[in-house]
Amino acid sequence: MQAHLEILAIAAVIAVACALPGTLLVLRRMALLSDAISHSILLGIVLAFFAQGGLDSPLVILGAAASGVLMVVLVEFLVRSRLVREDAAIGLVFPVLFSIAVILVSRHTGSIHLDVDAVLLGELAFAPFDRLEAGGADLGPRGLWIGTGILALNLAFLGLCYKELKLSTFDAGLAAVLGFMPGVLHYGLLSLVSLTCVGAFDAVGSILVVALMIAPPATARLLTERLGLLFALSAALAVAGALLGYGLAVFLDLNIAGSMATVLGLFFALTWLAAPREGWLARRALRRAQTRRLAGDLLVIHLLQHEGSPTERREARVIHMQEHLGWSPEFARGVLADALEEGHVTRMDGLLHLKPEGRQRAEKALVHI
Amino acid sequence: MNTHEIPALQVDDLTVAYRERPVLWDVDLRVPQGVLMAVVGPNGAGKTTLLKSVMGLVKPLAGRIQIHDRPAREQRRITAYVPQRNSVDWDFPTSVLDLVLMGTYGALGWFRRPGEAERERARGALRRVGLEDLEGRQISQLSGGQQQRAFLARALVQEAQIHFMDEPFQGVDATTERTIVELLKELRAAGKTVIVVHHDLQTVADYFDWVTLLNVRLIASGPVAEVFDEERLRLTYGGRLAFAATGGGSVAAQPVFGRLAPDEERKGS
Repeated sequence: MQAHLEILAIAAVIAVACALPGTLLVLRRMALLSDAISHSILLGIVLAFFAQGGLDSPLVILGAAASGVLMVVLVEFLVRSRLVREDAAIGLVFPVLFSIAVILVSRHTGSIHLDVDAVLLGELAFAPFDRLEAGGADLGPRGLWIGTGILALNLAFLGLCYKELKLSTFDAGLAAVLGFMPGVLHYGLLSLVSLTCVGAFDAVGSILVVALMIAPPATARLLTERLGLLFALSAALAVAGALLGYGLAVFLDLNIAGSMATVLGLFFALTWLAAPREGWLARRALRRAQTRRLAGDLLVIHLLQHEGSPTERREARVIHMQEHLGWSPEFARGVLADALEEGHVTRMDGLLHLKPEGRQRAEKALVHI
Repeated sequence: MNTHEIPALQVDDLTVAYRERPVLWDVDLRVPQGVLMAVVGPNGAGKTTLLKSVMGLVKPLAGRIQIHDRPAREQRRITAYVPQRNSVDWDFPTSVLDLVLMGTYGALGWFRRPGEAERERARGALRRVGLEDLEGRQISQLSGGQQQRAFLARALVQEAQIHFMDEPFQGVDATTERTIVELLKELRAAGKTVIVVHHDLQTVADYFDWVTLLNVRLIASGPVAEVFDEERLRLTYGGRLAFAATGGGSVAAQPVFGRLAPDEERKGS
């Protein structure tokens, strides 16, 4: 039971630590960089294992994170040469760093204790066995300490530079003019993303960390248009996904990280479909209501234009709506039902007649066309 | 000493090149304080680049830029800049009041958050542009004209001495255009200098008292009454200009874009 609680605590802390910088990445349209960084840090992690045999000291964690920043620097260097576009530059650089790491690991499998699968996919189940001890006393799982440290750093950065990050994300030009150095903030953010990836690889692996960084803010973005709420909601969704994913993994005996990422993906899919305002269903309903409203306008205008004319007997027939306006029977019935219910038209002997309210609506609609 | 003898903006020998292509070539400019100036010229003439150079967003190849007799980069506190409306992502999750508050960030400096005093100033600026009822609205829900007015309000709270605006009339409705013109004239009446990249040659004489004609090189700069004439416009726009005398006898001119070379048209969009 204690092990489960410890794992849940680590998962929750890591989830928030990832979702906060992830929100900024999504807003800055740099979501893809998280994927590239999370691959590139493998090189840093492998080198750290060579140097120290593990990621034990904060200094080694920083060193490992540096390979993520190195990737960003190389990408920007290539982009600045104007010979390669950014997407291609990202696609060029991170596989190189990643493959160097893969080669290093395969050349030295005997001499270092590093399981590539565990680095890529995470091994949260083992996290409770890796304890932090001081003077013989057990201080809890190391992963929890690392996760909490990184979460604290991310919170401090965001809390301290909230206004600066907001401005430089929305309008880097004004940020530069007002002296807020958007370039420094940019690298500060990406350094933290790198560091977060290194810290999170124990829990979710260096690659699935992307799911924790991008899916929660992308989901939250469909639910709110307030920046503060966006951060809070992202964090909450990330925690919910991590906890639910872990529960699912234990229950169904699945890979923990895979299960968490899947739950986060489901969160997004569900929100994309059913979000109150921005969801696909809500937008479709709105579009349909607008179309039907417009068709109602068209109906009363049509009746108004033929009112009292010799063609009225032909044009105002109910069946005419389907024949001449080209509406499907179902759509025509719906439009007609709306107009009857709103008291804009009446039906007599198979003919439609405008009521005064309908005439008003037609005249108003004509002005706006 | 009369402060009005100190130019609001003085540019000497400004040359900016993107790679090997010069965008601004040896531009000398002297704008007195308290004028409302239009910067006009064809697409690709370097109007936006001129503004960006002054704001330090573009690194010139050569030249010196001074605001109120001191290097422009030391005068950010008294300089406000309204970039083109489409230079930012209007889907960004923030409210109108928040957007305007960004104008107060410069005076606040690093780490300090805006408080009630700043919010009050932001509300004042929103009143001046007629958006006071929309302060809680998300910026993604603003119309083009409202976006432009919100941008203007953001510049107003900076309480600057000199304003630079890049095409504030681009794609706005007639009401907004009138509001903006009134506002620019108010700023001038308060002794501020306002420099506006402008596209509609028809309205230059109505809206502005000073004008700079630019086409990579400086063609002319001075009071509208003195320098805004057919000959200088021809120099600025080359042969691509149609002229018509209006009732008032002044010259109305409109660039004829149909005669632009195809590559120039692409650049201009």
